[in-house]
Amino acid sequence: MLLKIEKRPEASQLMVYATPILALILTIITGTVLFQLLGVDPVEGLRNFFIKPIDNTYGATELFVKATPLILCAIGLSVGFRANVWNIGAEGQLTLGAIFGGGVFVYFHDVDSVFLLPLMVVMGAIGGALWAAIPAFLKTRFNANEILTSLMLVYVALLILSLLVHGSWRDPDGFNFPESRLFSESATMPILLEGTRLHFGTIIALFAVLGTWIMLSKTLIGFQIKVIGAAPKAGGYAGFSQKKIVWFSLLFGGAMAGIAGVSEVSGPVGQLLPSISPGYGFTAIIVAFLGRLHPVGIVFAGLLMALTYLGGETAQINLGLPVAVTGVFQGMILFFLLACDVLVNFRFRFTLFGKAAS
Amino acid sequence: MTGYEWIIPVVLTVITAATPLVFAGIGELVTEKSGVLNLGIEGMMLVGAVTAFVTATVTGNYFLAVIAAAASGAFMAFLFGILTLSLMANQVATGLALTLFGVGISALIGQDFVGEPVQAISKLNIAGLSDIPIIGQILFGQDPLVYLSFIMAIVVSWFLYKTKAGLILRAVGDSHDAAHSIGYSVIAIRYLAVMFGGAMSGIGGAYLSLAYTPMWAENMTAGRGWIALALIVFATWKPSLVVVGAYMFGGITILQLHAQAAGFDVPSQILSMLPYVATIVVLVIISKDESRIRKHAPACIGKIFHPAA
Amino acid sequence: MSDTGSSANNQHPRLELKGITKAYPGVLANDRIDLKILPGEIHALLGENGAGKSTLVKIIYGVLKADAGTIRWNGDLIDIATPHAARKLGIGMIFQHFSLFEAMTVTENIALSMPGRQNMADLSKRIVEISENYGLPLQPDRRVHTLSVGEKQRIEIVRCLLQDPKLLIMDEPTSVLTPQEADKLFLTLRRLSEEGVSILYISHKLDEIRSLCHKATIMRGGKYISECDPTVETAKSLAEMMIGADLKAPKHDEARERGPVRLKIHNMNLDSTDQFGVDLNLINFEVRSGEILGIAGVAGNGQVELLEALSGEALCNNPAEILLENEPIGNLGPAQRRKRGLAFVPEDRLGHGSVPEMSLVENAFLSAYGQKKLIKNGFIDTKKTRQYAKEIVEAFDVRTAGVSHAAESLSGGNLQKFIVGREMLQDPQLIIIAHPTWGVDAGAAAAIHQAIIDLAAKGAAVLVVSQDLDELFAISNRMAVIAEGRLSVSRNVQELSIEEIGLLMGGTSGSDSKKEFESVA
Repeated sequence: MLLKIEKRPEASQLMVYATPILALILTIITGTVLFQLLGVDPVEGLRNFFIKPIDNTYGATELFVKATPLILCAIGLSVGFRANVWNIGAEGQLTLGAIFGGGVFVYFHDVDSVFLLPLMVVMGAIGGALWAAIPAFLKTRFNANEILTSLMLVYVALLILSLLVHGSWRDPDGFNFPESRLFSESATMPILLEGTRLHFGTIIALFAVLGTWIMLSKTLIGFQIKVIGAAPKAGGYAGFSQKKIVWFSLLFGGAMAGIAGVSEVSGPVGQLLPSISPGYGFTAIIVAFLGRLHPVGIVFAGLLMALTYLGGETAQINLGLPVAVTGVFQGMILFFLLACDVLVNFRFRFTLFGKAAS
Repeated sequence: MTGYEWIIPVVLTVITAATPLVFAGIGELVTEKSGVLNLGIEGMMLVGAVTAFVTATVTGNYFLAVIAAAASGAFMAFLFGILTLSLMANQVATGLALTLFGVGISALIGQDFVGEPVQAISKLNIAGLSDIPIIGQILFGQDPLVYLSFIMAIVVSWFLYKTKAGLILRAVGDSHDAAHSIGYSVIAIRYLAVMFGGAMSGIGGAYLSLAYTPMWAENMTAGRGWIALALIVFATWKPSLVVVGAYMFGGITILQLHAQAAGFDVPSQILSMLPYVATIVVLVIISKDESRIRKHAPACIGKIFHPAA
Repeated sequence: MSDTGSSANNQHPRLELKGITKAYPGVLANDRIDLKILPGEIHALLGENGAGKSTLVKIIYGVLKADAGTIRWNGDLIDIATPHAARKLGIGMIFQHFSLFEAMTVTENIALSMPGRQNMADLSKRIVEISENYGLPLQPDRRVHTLSVGEKQRIEIVRCLLQDPKLLIMDEPTSVLTPQEADKLFLTLRRLSEEGVSILYISHKLDEIRSLCHKATIMRGGKYISECDPTVETAKSLAEMMIGADLKAPKHDEARERGPVRLKIHNMNLDSTDQFGVDLNLINFEVRSGEILGIAGVAGNGQVELLEALSGEALCNNPAEILLENEPIGNLGPAQRRKRGLAFVPEDRLGHGSVPEMSLVENAFLSAYGQKKLIKNGFIDTKKTRQYAKEIVEAFDVRTAGVSHAAESLSGGNLQKFIVGREMLQDPQLIIIAHPTWGVDAGAAAAIHQAIIDLAAKGAAVLVVSQDLDELFAISNRMAVIAEGRLSVSRNVQELSIEEIGLLMGGTSGSDSKKEFESVA
């Protein structure tokens, strides 16, 4: 018997949808082994990880709270990934969005206006886009690899935030803690459901999903993004500009991440802190892939990844498991997904060595 | 002699800052020469760092710790190989996955060891030689890994350009189809190259947790894996220039640390940005000449190989 | 190589295949093929693209494994599992696509195919020896990317000869050579044959086979058709065996009036963006309405650059270097040029002319969205696009399971028909077609040729760039040759012979051809 990998004549649509589910199943199977190794009953572990966190209304809304920044960042990244623009610095763009949006409040903290929050969101988008414009400029002008530049800028962004909250933006009445003022009512995302943290940012995220979906499937720019990503020479042949797409996808991704940042600081976080994100910008990479770079897929993938955050916390409280389990689960699921993706373009065939019916 | 003593600690710290980059850079260089782009260095370094630290704490045996780090890095690279070489997954995406996974798994393994101190790997002390003023300590008073990093750079250079096996490895990176049609096993050769890269990243990580800052902290690589990737572009895929680049970055890192210690009137955050900003600047300067990059980069880098048999 | 075809060896054929069968999913590439090659024989393997020749030689060379059938070597039943095993037996192969490493030197390339370790200095010496001995001049220290195609082929040949081959397989060796270079190659091959080396010569060029080969085995559609003596066959009888049915030659109306100048290229210079590319040097030509201009030339002489400049993928320094309908367009991108009636069929079907993983509907949109107005109120008009894709499929007889299927699922010929159709149905004033029938089956090739001629008859200006001289002679009205980035004066096809074209293809250095290129400037 011989196992052969054969290219399919065309990509399997069935597998496009089946492999994320297959990857999830494999992750759960491996998860049980992992729980066993950590000395936890696997059933108990999985229940705490995947079911317990959302078996009540508050938990279910928390799922959306956590999913919101993930979906926003992933939507932005997915547009770039489709065009083969590897922006992996969403964490930095998110941070700049928080700084620009939060900065509006820091300077207008005594203004009580309905325009304050919209201004913050717009500034957040601009901040994220500006931060992403750096790799876009360096790539189109100097051919510098955007993977490395966008990632380096994450570290720089975090240091800028740290500089600000340790410095001029520190709350004057904050006992010298490195924190900004607490955001006022008019600088805070409206709560959607009383008694929960579900906020208006989730609505923004859903609109972003819808808009991106229409853009990718129905407009020329969306078509251009797909063509440039799949076959850049065919894009050149059609007259699509590669540079324009690099700029567009980075600015778009940066703006989305920036909105995610401002929606975090004016939502659940409520002020500027040295650390405002548990790595949403990086986890969003997983969300984008797991969602097949498709806006609707990203919603599901975002919810699933949000669940791993909640699951990690629940498992820590109830079972004493380390929070790091979350990261392992997230890494594993992307690993399995990439492995299973071979099935989209290839098929496995078992053949008897040498002889075959003709 | 007075007035020059400050040089010794500076040079010594530059060496410790550069060594992990030399290891990771030289390893990834071999991987890339075979035509594979592994963006997971950061993840492999972290796993190497935590493996070395745990092994050293539990057994007290540093030799074993370094071996274990190399093995763990190679194992991570092997996973990368399964995905990209056997299952033909996108190398960029898989490299990112390897880093994300490495961050998670190293945090999990190391969570009981955070903050525990460990004795730094001991330095050489050769009677007579190490006592020579200034150069004695720099040349003859380093820890064994520093010497190993130079030996590896030389060995890799010799291997790539002076041996048949090295010629074959470069050939696979230049044109995997041609290599395949001549009868070389592209996949097997790439597995070896990828795993060598992983082992070297693992040792680079071990150096961080055993020598540079002898302790374990989550994400302690702080982007060094990515800087190592940039180094290879900077070095236009030449081993000797990887070493030069590593020492340059080591120098920048140390410069900013010393500047902070000396109490310069610049916020520490600004100084801490230096290595990252320097990476971007260097990348821009080198990449500006697109044809030069294309001339030196292995032609098959990042491309998936599927024998069209 | 000193071993001439002695009587002892003549007892057995050097290589004998019986019933070789190889199936791919959906295709039977080789169906019970028999083949017998004697020592010192130059044996042609003749067949159209897709006849299964390449599959068969890959089996002989150990790259592929046959599903069924036997292989005998000097009478012994053997199993050739890998190319290494084949080389050990004494089988050498020169692929159509060279197995060379561009960034490495000639010596390094050759060392890679030799077993064990070599002393590079000794190897260089042996390379020079062999190459002088067989009239294959090579410089061992040159890097491959600096060499011409002919020189690259010499590396492949020397590489084989260093291993003392008993059987040399050559896959379409002359497709990349000028007629003169090909003649030199034949001298080398005859010399080898005299020394007792068997040669399996794969080609679809009938004249070559008749003048060079002792025997010919003909394949069609994966099947063995016959074995014959090509020296006694006519080109016509060989062609009939190879193609099966008589094909209609494209209908040409020579007496047709030529219209006004549609495209005028005036003193165009362009530096290649590729470091291995060719710079264009003072290109001048014009194409009139209703005529087909053919540009011949050996690959890698500036065709890629010329096509990029014409399509708008590369922009000119001076817009007036390209005039379309007397208007300068050298600074316009592809989309704007299309708006002015230019259509373009690139060489590479998958990845340039189409997006492999996208559907035919999306691929129809790719270049036609402007001309066919497939965008409505800022959104893609999917219905209209689908209709257009269907129209192409019907008009050009594209065999596909449906327009929702991906471009990559089509055969080469059908995809080419789709792309040609997509461009032609936009009613272009000027169409530029690169290698219109490269790697396309004979039926599709005939259909494409006829479509090109019909379009010109309707008044479009047509520019065809091709390496296939037979094709250019069959369809063009005028021809020019591109060599080393320069274009010769164009001449009416009736006034031209293959020999003249061949000399021009050899480049601008010859004193006669120099004139042809200079008179342009």
